Amino acid sequence: MEVTVEINGTQRTDDVEPRALLVQYVREACGLTGTNVGCDTSSCGACTLHVDGESVKSCTMLAVQADGATLTTIEAMADSDGLHPMQSAFREHHGLQCGFCTPGMVMAAVSLLRENPDPTEQEVREGLEGNLCRCTGYHNIVQAVLAAAGHGGER
Amino acid sequence: MIPAAFDYVRADSAEAALAALAEHGDEAKLLAGGHSLLPLMKLRLATPAVLVDIGRITDLAYIRPDGDEIAIGALTRHRDLETSDVLTTEVPLLAHAAGQVGDPQVRHRGTIGGSIAHGDPASDLPAVLLALGATLHITGPRGPRGVAAGDFFKGFLETEVAEDELLTEIRVPRVPGAGWSFQKFNRRAQDWAIVGVAAVLATDRPGVGLVNMGSTPLSASATEAALRSGASAADAAELAAEGTQPPADLNASEDFRGHLARVLTRRALDEAMVR
Repeated sequence: MEVTVEINGTQRTDDVEPRALLVQYVREACGLTGTNVGCDTSSCGACTLHVDGESVKSCTMLAVQADGATLTTIEAMADSDGLHPMQSAFREHHGLQCGFCTPGMVMAAVSLLRENPDPTEQEVREGLEGNLCRCTGYHNIVQAVLAAAGHGGER
Repeated sequence: MIPAAFDYVRADSAEAALAALAEHGDEAKLLAGGHSLLPLMKLRLATPAVLVDIGRITDLAYIRPDGDEIAIGALTRHRDLETSDVLTTEVPLLAHAAGQVGDPQVRHRGTIGGSIAHGDPASDLPAVLLALGATLHITGPRGPRGVAAGDFFKGFLETEVAEDELLTEIRVPRVPGAGWSFQKFNRRAQDWAIVGVAAVLATDRPGVGLVNMGSTPLSASATEAALRSGASAADAAELAAEGTQPPADLNASEDFRGHLARVLTRRALDEAMVR
């Protein structure tokens, strides 16, 4: 079945099997391997990307469901001006250890701040509840998101 | 994990969905947000031959006041329930509970109708609709009909919606001043409730719904009856597990689930009475 998407600013059309998952499509057809597959059961959030600007777990969506959508993956976060502020905050606050969950964390956090630009620490923690860090590095991840929201990580 | 192969049909209207169901019979399944169905398909616990995607029927995504009820389109996403001003004012229990479903990513895709039609006893929203005394509107070849939430859930993952029918609308009573509470006990963030309790104390109709206390979503009928005859929260809550046969699994034994139902119902009633 034919699927047309705008992914990271580029329009493309591909013939996909109906059963192909969105994450497979993004990684294998589009060659964008920044989006990781972790648990593959919609628990861990490593595969989080944006569908029409909102965070979605791409292991639990079919590519055909994304037909006509605008997709954004971690590859589009940095631009010619440098890292996205969320990426800079993760770097500044050491919001990663092994780094496997990081793309999904960043995408979930950007979506969170779109919906709630001024979150409390509790709201950040709840807003990231769909993303697991197996290194348990949550403290610095939360500090990074608060910093990106302009709180200096203090609140 | 990849689902078994299936044919994909996209329905752009309720009529088109019903036509596809009529054509493909019991080989077809409806796909809304997919956050209950796709995990089952990936585990090959569900292997529909045809998937009818109703996720683009925008006509079925709405929240609007209608008389003394709020009408909610079956394809309204959890995120839209959670952030609805109308629901926050008129049916705060439903807005709050929708915000407890899964995690933000799940709530961006999952729909109220998909959750209800899936009929999972461990889901949050069925218990909320039981507590509220909602009505579920179904349409199909035999015409439209309304079913009370109490008559809707028939067995494990089995509801009143027949294989050739479509759940179109959920109607909940407006209960702006009624005390309410939603208690969800789980061990991990984003997990299903080990047991959950939804309570709403409308003056004429105290409602208490139970999550994960049997093979279907359940009302705590004995607790509701006790409240109607003026029992205290403590006495009514003691009856919460009456008549239930909760599952035993690695999270909780049957006895522990009964205990949780009583404790959470007590907390829910105490909170609802002062809210």
